[in-house]
Amino acid sequence: MSVPEAAPAPNGEAPVLEVRDLGVTFTGRVGLVAGLGGKKGNDARAIDGVSFRLERGEVLALAGESGCGKTTTARAIMGLLRPQRGEIRFEGRPIGRDLRTYRRRVQMVFQDPTGSLNPRQTIYEIIAEALRIHRITRGPNGESEEELVARALSRAGLRPPERFLLLYPHELSGGQRQRVVIAGALVLEPEVIVADEPVSNLDASVRGEILALLMKLRDEDRISVIVVTHDLGLAWTVADRVAVMYLGRIVEIGPAEEVLTRPLHPYTKALLDVVPEAEGIDRPILAGEPPDPTRIPPGCRFHPRCPELADGSAGAAGVAEACRERDLDLEELRQAHLAACHLAAVRVRDGARAVPEAARAPEAAPAEERDAGY
Amino acid sequence: MSVLSLRDLRITYHTQAGGVPAVRGVDLDIERGEVVGLAGESGCGKSTIAAAVLRLLPPKTTIEGEITLSGENVLEMKAGKLRAVRWTGASIVFQGAMHALNPVKRVGDQIAEAITTHQQASPREALARVGSLLEQVGLPSRRIRDFPHELSGGQKQRVMIAMALACGPSLVIADEPTTALDVMVQAQVLALLKGLQRELGLAMLFITHDLSVLVEVSDRLAIMYAGKVVEEGPARTVFESPQHPYSRALADAFPSIGDARFRHKPSGLGGDPPDPQAIPSGCSFHPRCPVAFEPCPTVVPELYPAGQGRRAACLLVEGALADAQRGRG
Repeated sequence: MSVPEAAPAPNGEAPVLEVRDLGVTFTGRVGLVAGLGGKKGNDARAIDGVSFRLERGEVLALAGESGCGKTTTARAIMGLLRPQRGEIRFEGRPIGRDLRTYRRRVQMVFQDPTGSLNPRQTIYEIIAEALRIHRITRGPNGESEEELVARALSRAGLRPPERFLLLYPHELSGGQRQRVVIAGALVLEPEVIVADEPVSNLDASVRGEILALLMKLRDEDRISVIVVTHDLGLAWTVADRVAVMYLGRIVEIGPAEEVLTRPLHPYTKALLDVVPEAEGIDRPILAGEPPDPTRIPPGCRFHPRCPELADGSAGAAGVAEACRERDLDLEELRQAHLAACHLAAVRVRDGARAVPEAARAPEAAPAEERDAGY
Repeated sequence: MSVLSLRDLRITYHTQAGGVPAVRGVDLDIERGEVVGLAGESGCGKSTIAAAVLRLLPPKTTIEGEITLSGENVLEMKAGKLRAVRWTGASIVFQGAMHALNPVKRVGDQIAEAITTHQQASPREALARVGSLLEQVGLPSRRIRDFPHELSGGQKQRVMIAMALACGPSLVIADEPTTALDVMVQAQVLALLKGLQRELGLAMLFITHDLSVLVEVSDRLAIMYAGKVVEEGPARTVFESPQHPYSRALADAFPSIGDARFRHKPSGLGGDPPDPQAIPSGCSFHPRCPVAFEPCPTVVPELYPAGQGRRAACLLVEGALADAQRGRG
């Protein structure tokens, strides 16, 4: 798969992280007897050609249903999985041999703060362990371990840090535990934080505070953040760009305002339609469950569930056959806004012919126009 | 007559560390065909209320006040009567469908068991009913013979819904029915529940922390904090113009996409939900409240009329402070 790329960042800086054509396959297994009989398991292509760039100080949301590959992508970026295919570049250099340095600068925050903290360690030990693993005994300005731990805690909003050092995780609330997890990442002064559903296990009133902390790290320290989430409302709140994944591929990526208020891909539209809202329940809902990554459909992988194909819109535009048969890559249909959809491509091209490119507003449209125009 | 009515309900758990007041005086009515949404964070007492309606709480729990189901006091029922009311009068769709089904029994038998336990029916009659129940919740009736592991999460939750409907209850309590489900499946299950509720004219108590889900399915909303209802009223009004600062914080935790107010501005409350054993004095929300003022730590607010059918327990509601002071004087 070729690597479609958005224009370089306006500030001309190289991306912090670049993922190129990443592929992770989980090998299918069969029983012993069937295996001796020559039978092969079905391989699951969990991610299958994922490419994107992460700029410095940018928050990118990876969104999609469970099983779409968003967590697998995050784990591959962390080096927790070895991708069969593709390349991950950090500050322009491929990661590979020197995983230890890389892991210090790219840190992960997991979904369940209770599960990610050792219940028998104090907060101090938990944070200091990260330093010890990376054999850091002194900070860049000669700080001691105690000073580094205290600073990480207070950056994560646990103030005064001394109050927390000797506590155990069970003595903290859910929000405080997630702050400890974030402090454990911050103590290593990372450039990138990968946060997998960072607030989904937290109480509603505490979520905002944790998200505000992520925004602060982005604004003040220019840390780049990849937020893995199924919640598009959360993406709207924090993300600069949104990538929507379906069955192991990014099907749409672009600025959050664009993707969330003027979506191009029917799957993104379907995801937006099911965000609960006061307007009521009688809205279109995709039938069925997310499909099985061991059996990826031919053509556009979304076509068996695609409402635009089912209601004949794709047929009317003359792309129904392509939808069923021709696999496709992301294409830049609007400025910095890429989608992989035959129908959207035709519509944008037709629209471009009808309305000269320059006449269209490059800025995000307000929400009411979400479904109106292309 | 209300299908469910709670009067000054107070529930205290007893632990080794002493009494834990989980519910501290809740009044609530649900009429026939009405959906009431109960929202609040973990530990606010919402699931305790659900369990109390069917008397599923641990035996040593103290329950004071009144719970009536279609006019009958649940707290005074003898065991036999209680068994008759459970599932036929009121049933529960529990959270976490993944773990609520017995993994070694076919789902059809599990639903049939609910019927034979609570109603007079032969196993054969029960199984016949199960087939039509499954179709009602959008599963093919051949799924009767499936084991839970053969079903997806959404399908299991459908089985749980079929089970809740098995004895034709007048009230269904849905306790976080979609929390563990994926976005698309959550929407499917919500649409199913709402459709069934309309079709069967069910009264429903819908419990979750996700206000945006509640506003979609509910007619009325009640917001709980630290064991008390702090605001109640018509669902949309409460969601769109909440009067209690805690309701506002909950509503803002689920931003609407496209709303510039939330873009890059996550809003949240400082602090954490209170420890039920050390509930703050006065208004229990005052230590976290962004608009608390001087009487809040001492005056316990009641639910004051706040316009458009809402009632809110906040001294900032017009006339509330005068009312509270008159009450004390």
